[in-house]
Amino acid sequence: MLVRSVSERHAPANESWKPMLGPSVAWYLCVAAFLFATGALGVLLRRNPLIVLLSLEIMLNGGNLALIGYARHLGDGAGQIFAIAVMAIAASEVVVGLGLVVAMNRKHLTLDVDRLNTLRG
Amino acid sequence: MLLASAGNVLVWAVWMGAAFACLGSGIAVVSFSNPFFSALALIGNLASLAVLYLLLSAEFVAAAQVLVYGGAVMVMFLFVIGYIGPRQDSPWAGGPSWQVVGAVLAAGALFVEIVVVVGLKASGSLAHQAKIDSSFGSPSQIGRLFLTDHLLAFEVTSIVLLVAAVGGVILGHHSRRESAAGARALGVRETRPGQ
Repeated sequence: MLVRSVSERHAPANESWKPMLGPSVAWYLCVAAFLFATGALGVLLRRNPLIVLLSLEIMLNGGNLALIGYARHLGDGAGQIFAIAVMAIAASEVVVGLGLVVAMNRKHLTLDVDRLNTLRG
Repeated sequence: MLLASAGNVLVWAVWMGAAFACLGSGIAVVSFSNPFFSALALIGNLASLAVLYLLLSAEFVAAAQVLVYGGAVMVMFLFVIGYIGPRQDSPWAGGPSWQVVGAVLAAGALFVEIVVVVGLKASGSLAHQAKIDSSFGSPSQIGRLFLTDHLLAFEVTSIVLLVAAVGGVILGHHSRRESAAGARALGVRETRPGQ
């Protein structure tokens, strides 16, 4: 509410509406779904933990694209806030994941997620 | 009217380019055998996603995507890949095993599932976009939302980043004595990574 009233005060009434050009949000959601599925394929398929991390980034980006598409569709900025929070979580995940990869490399373990099964129950 | 339709065609063309670059580079990340090339393809993926964000009038998120992801995170990835050395690991080598077939089937099922669910639940309402004004997605609006409605998310994110930084330091920390003991316990002779 606060945001809307402030932005309306700053902007002149009718001229500042931005129409949405190009494809509708459904196409963006299709791209997001395909990205998510591609990332899931990488996570399931690849054995190198570095590429598993890269594929996780693709999955997170697919989610981000859906969030931003719905933010534009609903005219609500909260989706963009969520996308930025997801970006911060992804950065944290990369820090911890790459730290693990470097630690495994230092212990001379093979970088193969099929062989790193010491914790298997 | 003519101007509007010309703009529409232009946006469609940019969207097609960005979307296909995005999908192609995503597939390239998954299927390159060298992790270095996968990371480079992911940079292309992030850049084309930033173009899509711009088309969705999320200017601040697009800039943050390029700076944070394409800049900081990917530099870290490339640094680690250079540190541990490129290891070839072809996903399609050795013919189709049951794992490859299962992974492709599972990913395809995920895609179909998402499209069907979104199509069933929201296909009618996706045609009409809400009106937004020109400040939508600008840094001032994002900052205002962050510090009013979503203050808790902002603070929790900062704590998560702090925890991740501490975790990175703990994972990266090692003393010479510990690594020698670990190498003895694993029964490997101590080598330097470069050798």
